[in-house]
Amino acid sequence: MRALDLAERRGAQYADVRMVEHRTEGISVKDGVVEGLSSSETQGMGVRVLLDGAWGFASSRDLTNAEVDQITEHAVEIARASQLVSGEKVDLGPAVTSQGTYQTPYEIDPFSVALEDKLTLLMNADAEMGKVQGVRTHRAHVTAQKEHKLFANSEGAYTEQTLLETGGGIQATAVGGTEIQVRSYPNAFARQQVTGGWEELLGWDLPGNAQRVASEAVALLTADPCPSNITTTLILGGSQLALQVHESCGHPTELDRVFGSEAAYAGTSFLTTEKLGNFRYGSAVVNLTADSVRPLGLGTFGWDDEGVPAQSTPLVKDGLFVGYLMSRETAAKLGRTSNACMRASGWNRIPIIRMVNVSLEPGTWNFDNLVADTEDGIYMESNRSWSIDDRRYNFQFGTEIGYEIKHGKMGRLLRNCTYTGITPEFWNSCDAVCNADHWVMWGTPNCGKGQPAQVAHTGHGAAPARFRNVKVGVLK
Amino acid sequence: MIEEKDAHKITDTILKRCQGNPAEINVMTNDSALTRFANNIIHQNVAERDTEVTLRFFIGKQIGTASTNRLDEAGLEELVEHARANAKASPPDPNYPGLPAPQTYNRVASWDDATASYSPEKRARAVEIVCKLAAEKGLNASGAITTGSGELVVANSQGVFTYHTQTNADFQTVVMSNDSSGRAQESAWKVADLDAESLGKQAIDAAMRGHNPVKIDPGEYTVVLEHYVTEDLLGSLNFSGMSAQAVNEGRSWMNDRIGQQLMSPQVSIWDDGLDTSGSPLPFDFEGVPKQRVDIVRQGVVMGPVYDRYTGAKMGKPSTGHAPPINFRGFGPLALNLFMAPGDKSVQDMIASTEKGLYINRFWYTRIVHPRECVMTGMTRDGVFMIENGELTFPVKNLRFTMSYVKALDNVEAVGKEAHLIVGEFGGISSHIPALKVNGFMFTGSTV
Repeated sequence: MRALDLAERRGAQYADVRMVEHRTEGISVKDGVVEGLSSSETQGMGVRVLLDGAWGFASSRDLTNAEVDQITEHAVEIARASQLVSGEKVDLGPAVTSQGTYQTPYEIDPFSVALEDKLTLLMNADAEMGKVQGVRTHRAHVTAQKEHKLFANSEGAYTEQTLLETGGGIQATAVGGTEIQVRSYPNAFARQQVTGGWEELLGWDLPGNAQRVASEAVALLTADPCPSNITTTLILGGSQLALQVHESCGHPTELDRVFGSEAAYAGTSFLTTEKLGNFRYGSAVVNLTADSVRPLGLGTFGWDDEGVPAQSTPLVKDGLFVGYLMSRETAAKLGRTSNACMRASGWNRIPIIRMVNVSLEPGTWNFDNLVADTEDGIYMESNRSWSIDDRRYNFQFGTEIGYEIKHGKMGRLLRNCTYTGITPEFWNSCDAVCNADHWVMWGTPNCGKGQPAQVAHTGHGAAPARFRNVKVGVLK
Repeated sequence: MIEEKDAHKITDTILKRCQGNPAEINVMTNDSALTRFANNIIHQNVAERDTEVTLRFFIGKQIGTASTNRLDEAGLEELVEHARANAKASPPDPNYPGLPAPQTYNRVASWDDATASYSPEKRARAVEIVCKLAAEKGLNASGAITTGSGELVVANSQGVFTYHTQTNADFQTVVMSNDSSGRAQESAWKVADLDAESLGKQAIDAAMRGHNPVKIDPGEYTVVLEHYVTEDLLGSLNFSGMSAQAVNEGRSWMNDRIGQQLMSPQVSIWDDGLDTSGSPLPFDFEGVPKQRVDIVRQGVVMGPVYDRYTGAKMGKPSTGHAPPINFRGFGPLALNLFMAPGDKSVQDMIASTEKGLYINRFWYTRIVHPRECVMTGMTRDGVFMIENGELTFPVKNLRFTMSYVKALDNVEAVGKEAHLIVGEFGGISSHIPALKVNGFMFTGSTV
């Protein structure tokens, strides 16, 4: 409150302050040796002020009263500098006066689990991978993160949250001749992560999947390459589809990109405002939702970093583009209100528009029936490579593994699988989405955006889906 | 800033609390500010002050790590206890080579008072120049100017204590019309070395010339690549194989090729932490003095960079390339890359090209296959057709899928001017020229 009072005395029309304590624990085992066992703590506060229509932000690790005063004065000084090159007056829309506390639901606090128990689990998983002949390196890891965050603004909001994340995975690498093949579990890059407790990680059964993962990596060395430069039917597994949603739906629906705020860095978006409500983004089976309320999602919380309550809003309904990810300032420009998408990666960063949980809603298909219904195609799963243009049109993804589909059956194993397309053409070619039985909340704890760089943790629910006439195999 | 004397106090306090156990400490301070602009106005303007202390605690060959930014007695006590507990729980690492003894370090100039104290108003004035120039042409400028300072302390229980200060500055801008864009960037450790007006004019010029881009067929083209692209080439080769760990695990483009002619004789790449035309750092995060390491000499693969851990595994001494304690698992890292300039200007390279493409920048590049460092990505912020030695028309952005190893084998000419770019992630600096490359493969185009 000291910072808010001082900012107000200095003439700020609006101010907010976040105090954050963030604790991380990471353990990794590689080839039978503990690669790292680390604990990390960071704390600090950031003050954001709006002064005569211009923003300023300053932050410090030092929480003494003297430093609070100093960074508040510095934020005001920065806002005054912003006024030298400022535009129209900022409208934040309706005041935000949220009050309350939020705690991520969990059964077992991962920080309460003995280090020895975590190491035993990882050593077992790592050793199981090592039993498979031909594996060059193998790695297992777990991570836990706890963030305690206080938010207050000059409009009367005051919220307190404790957000808990648990993550981990295994990865095996096989090397033979000029081939290098990797398999991961449960998610690509061995990084599945959720808001929740240790019970979620136990449910993934890393040791129980270790030999399969390692065997697949070895088998890929001698698998046939993905057919080159053909157009075929593509079925994407859930985790790969989650990243497809992240890159080709999540990012282009960020309204700050649409308004050019990220033009110099992350890029802009093809989903310009005149398309809202009348652009056919995908086929009728494509329904995409932004939410911050679903269990396990890395975008699940009580309030965003502007104090706006967690909520759920459609982005694409029956294929039609109907919504954006918004902040207070950008929503007001469209005559809407924020849907709680302002998130900062820490005390030393401003909140910017970030994905929360952006998910493909389940369809009606059973996976086996979907494969049986596919005469000729390729199934791809687990991301290995991802790239998309600065307006989010042209994408190219590679996956760790693929299988040929012939006459409704999974066939030969395929290595070095890639596919490419143009976002709306791709989503309009989607003719089937699997049902809720196959739907998983995947975590993407490595989304980069903003300057200075911020890494966000986002959630993406997805079940496998089928796409027609997709170009695959760009490698000769 | 904590200054050297207080840094000593922090490391002494920690070492005392370690009670004779071997220990290694990194202290890093960051006092930086960034002014960001878009649509010809400043829309984000931020500053931060932080100090992070990281400790590796050893019980024999059992290793535990902890970090904190709480510098009071209680914070440092907790730091030691967390690291001790982690070490106790951890089985011994048989490969751990021990801590280095005190070394002799070169001092390098990398501090500039004017950069450290650069005010928000001065940053805003630099932005104002570019925004005004863009607005006068009916264009939209966006970008960022960064100024800041940092300290790095590496200490250990063997008596190592070394302290380095550094300032940094960077200006980058993208200028856009409704159908074109241009970009320019420069990094330096002296803010006075940045010329915002000149950078703005370069970006404006590209945006003005880029109207009405034409969609062309993908395929193989000769390309003239600005130094921004070269930075991406080096960065990708760095992450996919310049480290001894990548070589040891068989996943580097160097594997089985050390001593072989893999690239054009015009290509020489090295890492040098002492060269002040880069972003110098005289020692690594283990406290080992940085050595200049030739990675590719006249197209011949010379070898990777080493830290003590991978060096011990492979029977080689450290070259001074250990990353920060929290990133040790990634293996050694080249942080100060250089590519030898040649004797051609960008204009010379264009003039010598009968048909090809001029490309300002690559974007969103990702590895497709590690062995040949096959990458995919998009062109961005300025692509032009070259016909009969002249830029003839702007081209819509293209997707490439290309081995960067092959690209550097296909180098026909190297630019005579080298520029410093400090990357966003990891602070890797590259001092790099433009290139002319034959047979560059484009596999798609965008809308």
